[in-house]
Amino acid sequence: MDRNEIAERLTGVLVSELGLEQDKIKDEAHFEEDLDVDSLGVVELLMALEDEFDVKIPDEEAESIVTVGQAIDLVQGKLGG
Amino acid sequence: MRNAEITGWGKCMPPNVLSNHDLEQLVDTSDEWITSRTGIKERRISHVEASELGAVAAKRALAAAGKTAEDVDLILVATCSGDSIIPATASLVQKHLEAWNAAAMDINAACSGFVYGLVTGTSMISSGGYETVLIVGTEKLHYIMDFTDRNTCVLFGDGAGAVVLEATEDDAGLLASDLGIDGSVGHILEVPVDGSHGDRTHPDPQMCGISMEGQEVFKRAVTKMGESSTISLEKAGIALEEVDLLIPHQANVRIIDATARRLGLDEGKVFVNIHSYGNTSAATIPVALTEALEQGRIQPGSLIVFAAFGGGLTWGSAVYRWGKRIEPIAESDAQLPPTDLTTMDLLQPNFDFFGLPEKMA
Repeated sequence: MDRNEIAERLTGVLVSELGLEQDKIKDEAHFEEDLDVDSLGVVELLMALEDEFDVKIPDEEAESIVTVGQAIDLVQGKLGG
Repeated sequence: MRNAEITGWGKCMPPNVLSNHDLEQLVDTSDEWITSRTGIKERRISHVEASELGAVAAKRALAAAGKTAEDVDLILVATCSGDSIIPATASLVQKHLEAWNAAAMDINAACSGFVYGLVTGTSMISSGGYETVLIVGTEKLHYIMDFTDRNTCVLFGDGAGAVVLEATEDDAGLLASDLGIDGSVGHILEVPVDGSHGDRTHPDPQMCGISMEGQEVFKRAVTKMGESSTISLEKAGIALEEVDLLIPHQANVRIIDATARRLGLDEGKVFVNIHSYGNTSAATIPVALTEALEQGRIQPGSLIVFAAFGGGLTWGSAVYRWGKRIEPIAESDAQLPPTDLTTMDLLQPNFDFFGLPEKMA
C-alpha cells in the first residue's frame, strides 16, 4: 500500500471517528494544537487505525505520535512499506 | 422457563457535592479540562459508610418492588470500598435492613461488580434456590481518593444503587451475558496496598489510594465493553438495531462515546449521567437504571444492554428484556441521616492521610 493510499484511508478514519474537517487534515497538522485532538483522542485514533489497517501499535510507539504525518509513517512502517 | 426479573430499583446519592470548580481550588486543573476529558461536572462525597448508602438505596428498591426486607432471601453487595473486610458490607446492609431471612455476600469485581451481581443473582434464582434477591452496588470511593494525584482525584465519587430481582415465568430478565477478567494487567488500575501483601509496618499513603494508567485503561475499556456487548447480543440472538438502551458503566464519557461508536449504536440509545456523579464504580449502573426509569427511557419490553469495565481488569455485559411494569409500586421514605459537615470537612481526613492537594500545600 503506498503512502497516498494510507493517507487517504487515515483521513477517512479521522473524519468518521473523530469528526474532523477533511480540509484541515494535512501531513504537518499537529493533533493537539491544530486539530484540537487531545491525548485520549490520539489513543482513539490509533485504536481505529489498528482496526482499519489490521496492525498492532505498541504503546511506546503510540506516545511519540503528535502529527498526522507521523501517524501515516507509523502505519506505513507497520505495513512494511 | 424460570428467569429473574428486576421488579424494584432505587438509588441513594449523598448530599455533599464536589464540583469541578471546587477541584480547581485544590489541584492544577480546570472545569474545561475535566469536562472535555471525562464528561464529569460534579461528584458526591458521602458522610456515611457504603453499607448505609446501600441500605437506603435497597429500601427504595424494595418499596418500588412492593416487597419488605423479610421477603429477601439473598443480598449481593457489589463494592470495592466497603465498610470493612470482616464483616462483609453485605452483612452490614442486612443489619441496616433487618433482612433476617437473607443470606448475604460481597462481590468485588470493581466497576463491573453490578453486572457480575446481576448474572450471579439471576443464576441463583433460575436454578431454583432463591426467590427474591437484592443486588446493591455501593461505594464510598472518596476514602481511597488521593488528592495529591490530580489525574485520579477528579474521576471518582460516592453513591449507591440497588435492584430487586424476583423469579418470573414471563418473557423478561437476562437473555444472555458475558463476564471476563484479565488478571495479568490488574496493576493498571489498582489500590496497591490494602491487603495482606501490603507492608503495614511502613505504610506509604500514596500506595493506599487509587492509582491508574489512564490511557491503558481507556483502550482496554473501549475494546472490552464493545467486544463483550457484541458477544452477549450474539448469544441472545439480538441484533444491535433491536437494542432500545445501552446502560454503560459511567467511568468516562469518552469511553462511553467511543464504545457506542465502535458498536455502531446511535447516541440517543445510550444513557449517560456521569456529569452529575463521576465514576461511582459498582454503583453507576443501578443508579443509571433508576434514573433511566424515572426519565421514561425504559418501556415495557425494552431491550437493554448493560456493559461495564473496571479494576481487575474485569468486564461484563448483559442483554436484558424489561418486564411489564415501569412504575414503582410504592415509594420508601428512607433517608440518610442529615449532616452539617461540608464537603471539605469530609475530605480533610484524605488531606491528612495522603497529603495536601498541590494548591493547599
